Amino acid sequence: MIPILLIAIPLVTGFAAFFINTDKGAKIWSLLASIITLAIAVAALCEANTSSQLSVNAEWLPALGAKLSLSMDGMAKMLCLLTAVSLPLVFGATYKNTYNKPGNFYGLMLLMQAGLLGVFLATDALLFYFFWELALIPAYFLCSTWGGEKRIQVTFKFFIYTFVGSLLLLIGILYIYFKTPDSSFSIQSFYNTKLTDGQQFFVFWLFFLAFAIKMPIFPFHTWQPDTYEQAPTAVTMMLSGVMVKMGIYGVIRWILPVFPAAVVKFDQLIIVLSVIGMLYASLIAIRQDDVKRLIAYSSIAHIGLMCAAIFSSQQVGMEGVMIQMFNHGINVIGLWIVADAIEQQLGTRKFSELGGLAQRAPGLAILLVVMILANIALPLTNAFTGEFLMFNGLFNYSIWMAFIAGISIILAAVYSLNMVQKIFYGRTMPATEYANDANGNIQFVLALLAVAILVLGVYPQPVINLTHDSVQAVLAK
Amino acid sequence: MNELVYLVPLFPLLGFLINGLCRKQLSKSLTGIIGSGSILVSFVISTILFWQVKSNGALPVDPLFTFIDAGSFKIDFAFQVDQLSCLFLLIITGVGFLIHVYSTSYMHDEEAPHFARYFSYLNLFVFSMLLLVLGANFVIMFIGWEGVGLCSYLLIGFWFKNDNYNYAAKKAFVMNRIGDLGFLLAIFWIIEKFHSADYAIVFANPQGTLSPADITGITLLLFVGATGKSAQIPLYTWLPDAMAGPTPVSALIHAATMVTAGIYMIARSNILYTLAPSVQAVVAVIGLATAVFAATIALKQNDIKKVLAYSTVSQLGYMFLGLGVGAYTGAVFHVMTHAFFKACLFLGAGSVIHAMGGEQDMRNMGGLKKYMPVTQITFLLSCFAIAGVPPFSGFFSKDAILSAAMQSNMLYYVIGVLGALLTAFYMFRLYGMTFLGSFRGTHDQEHHLHESPKAITIPLVVLAALATVGGLLGIPEVFVKDSNWLEKFLAPVFAGSTALTQAKPAEGNSSMELVYMFVVAAIIVAVIAFAWSKYKKYEKTTEPETGLGKVLANKWYVDEIYDAIVVRPLNALAGFLKNVVEKSGIDGFVNGVGRFVQYSSRQLRLLQSGLAGNYILYMVLSIVVLFVIFWNQTQIVQFLENIF
Repeated sequence: MIPILLIAIPLVTGFAAFFINTDKGAKIWSLLASIITLAIAVAALCEANTSSQLSVNAEWLPALGAKLSLSMDGMAKMLCLLTAVSLPLVFGATYKNTYNKPGNFYGLMLLMQAGLLGVFLATDALLFYFFWELALIPAYFLCSTWGGEKRIQVTFKFFIYTFVGSLLLLIGILYIYFKTPDSSFSIQSFYNTKLTDGQQFFVFWLFFLAFAIKMPIFPFHTWQPDTYEQAPTAVTMMLSGVMVKMGIYGVIRWILPVFPAAVVKFDQLIIVLSVIGMLYASLIAIRQDDVKRLIAYSSIAHIGLMCAAIFSSQQVGMEGVMIQMFNHGINVIGLWIVADAIEQQLGTRKFSELGGLAQRAPGLAILLVVMILANIALPLTNAFTGEFLMFNGLFNYSIWMAFIAGISIILAAVYSLNMVQKIFYGRTMPATEYANDANGNIQFVLALLAVAILVLGVYPQPVINLTHDSVQAVLAK
Repeated sequence: MNELVYLVPLFPLLGFLINGLCRKQLSKSLTGIIGSGSILVSFVISTILFWQVKSNGALPVDPLFTFIDAGSFKIDFAFQVDQLSCLFLLIITGVGFLIHVYSTSYMHDEEAPHFARYFSYLNLFVFSMLLLVLGANFVIMFIGWEGVGLCSYLLIGFWFKNDNYNYAAKKAFVMNRIGDLGFLLAIFWIIEKFHSADYAIVFANPQGTLSPADITGITLLLFVGATGKSAQIPLYTWLPDAMAGPTPVSALIHAATMVTAGIYMIARSNILYTLAPSVQAVVAVIGLATAVFAATIALKQNDIKKVLAYSTVSQLGYMFLGLGVGAYTGAVFHVMTHAFFKACLFLGAGSVIHAMGGEQDMRNMGGLKKYMPVTQITFLLSCFAIAGVPPFSGFFSKDAILSAAMQSNMLYYVIGVLGALLTAFYMFRLYGMTFLGSFRGTHDQEHHLHESPKAITIPLVVLAALATVGGLLGIPEVFVKDSNWLEKFLAPVFAGSTALTQAKPAEGNSSMELVYMFVVAAIIVAVIAFAWSKYKKYEKTTEPETGLGKVLANKWYVDEIYDAIVVRPLNALAGFLKNVVEKSGIDGFVNGVGRFVQYSSRQLRLLQSGLAGNYILYMVLSIVVLFVIFWNQTQIVQFLENIF
């Protein structure tokens, strides 16, 4: 029952929101809806993994062998929680922002959430694909309608890029579907289908390209900084906090168990690409003059580490990826909130026009410093455990890979501290001379995030325990 | 009862939270009491623990909770209390408390919220440093290790309106991170081999699990970490810049405690280093090179804090020399005495800077002896201690290192003594330029000269007293048999290493050792007399330095060299990636694909010409193709099957 509710509530409330015309009404409606979803996601945590509450299996398209089957294991619980937590935080932090046609904006946000939740819950390939698209299409409309100046061009690229990926994924799914003995889209049939090595080497790439574009992995990343920059920040938060996890989730759930031979064959190539991407994105981040683009490249570097750790096929690394998926989501949303607070108030995101803001906005400064410390994975912040485990997994795979990838932790310190320094330290600039501290709602949300960062940093074991079964299941295959 | 140890870092943590969260509400005096009081409580508990350890040996402590359980290994949040950690506890909380008290006066001009911010950072630092030395495994040490780095960053950049200070803070953090990467890789290596990072497991029988290559790799990587935190070649350049922070911070973090973390780490892992003689040689050579190199730079610096900073780098070099030649006790001994005299020197310098209204250039000082008698006398005692004049503390600790160096390699000893002579010279140059002669500053400054208040002078007196007599804890064997208390106290920590090196005949000719010792002491006294007479009558000159003096004044141009070979190329590479590879290369290709699709569809559109003749042509061609396919059906199917 829980999976159905998780998808249905944002779906229904999302469609309903289109009929709300007032700004305030739409905000309250969507905030309430997202809080109810959150409550259900929290309730899911309390259920044992074997509980019948956590899985649904109903007929959908019997002629095709596609079922409406949804279920939650530890990884799904964790990602649903992340998706459910994100939206109230985003709504809370951007509560003072106003949009044209607020009903449509908030409706699409809820629909996107429904799609994301569906992706993490679906255990039927066709259903998975359906939700994959359901998450993508609202994002496309959100970016193209409420985005920045270059939104049309940038969103078109985003859409084409991810759509190409989706098509490859669909071809891959259909290919395996025809190979399944029982002509079924169910994930178990996919797992049980024995593909020859040659088939795996080919179909692997159809899946992987779709996921690699979504994550994104170097060199398929160029849509991302542009999109993150042009999209309304509330949408960017969902894109980078949650939607990129679709790619990582896809690799873990659909690639590793279905194409074991291909994973062994291509692991080195993919790890090398990921590590190159980490250094490449980190170096570019050092030279950025735009807050949003810096965060975008920083995020690419962090995602690269997750991908490398997945393909190192080490248990430690995989545990790290799990916990980091959650923590990266929280941290990057925090960074975007700060970026948005600055842009909304000062009208600029350029480092060259910022400076000295700590004197005017000490509250925001302290909260950003906490986010930044998490971004550089300082011990006792949440990101440390994940990165420690992922690097550990990479080290077990190859000491040299761990060393080269490790350079990114030095570069991360450079660009992250640059950001703090250029925005908050030094003397005030004309743009920051008369700035005020961030609004109460922003500070409140950031404070919540800061508490989460520290609590999960000091005591990360619950998240590790939560996803432990998924790691075991994946590695057993 | 042993779990008392968890309270030691708890109080500074509480102090951090209270001062940090209530910084707008608390008055300055309350902030000072909370900040200093929390450290005092920790000091009292540390003293209790110390007496317990002294009588009962290392205390077993239960883990607090499981920090990370990743299946194949488990990291506990656990502390351990043994002789080494409780010695560091006393140094950190003891010296830390004095510096907190000092700060209440030194930072009094700050507005209340910033005053509270300062104390919260300082308390957070003490908390992290305590984690570092109390942890029962390498991961907890690493937590503290990065934590102290953070606090160092925050405190160097405490006056954040100044961009140079921010730059110095960032430089310190980034250079430390380079070392941290080495440390991190060493931890992974250890975990891979032992499936644990607990000292108890790793140090129990390392030869059983590790190959010689493993030991070499691990110890080298750990040492890379140590060069970052403890400012050794090639990662030392952040420490002199770190003097941008408030002076008490320099005393606590950049002299007495944080920078000795690397020594603690290697002393803690002594068994691994004893098993890797080649790495020990690397440690000794790097330490020695740093000791002399930094000392030469200190000769020509005019900023009072810069001289002390290079002196710290140099003294840390001696400690690494000690570790490298297997004198683990000697190195730890020098950590302790150095904490006393260098903290006293920095605080004394702070007192001087305070009186001079922020002036740090020694060329504008002089003759302060008559204005600041307490500062002067405590500073003088500490100068004797650092120079190694008997019977001051530095004499004993430096001798413990140098005599071990002599047994290892005569060349180490000779160069080490040379460095000690340089030390004596630049310290008394500093003393002479500051306190002797006549005042060279402005009238305005002279008018304001005064002795500092009690909160500043009392810590100075206590530290000077410790710097004077602290050496008695480690009187060498050649003076009185069985008198080296510290050696005996720390023996259990270094027992493994001692057992391994027992085979070598350790005893040299003790009468020769005594002769060397006193000859060196005599030369040092002569150097001091020379420097004293030279700088007593120092006159301000405007002549620029030339030749070697210029090179030394410019710190051998190391910063410029790093800038040219690392910073600028990396920046240029980043710019190239951003502006060329990303924009024209990858994104250009992606956009090119898009344009190609548009272009080809435009061309294909021309096929729909609307002319019946064309359509008939396409139809005929298509039928031909279909027939070809039909006749070769089996081959085509086979071909496709081969692919899939």
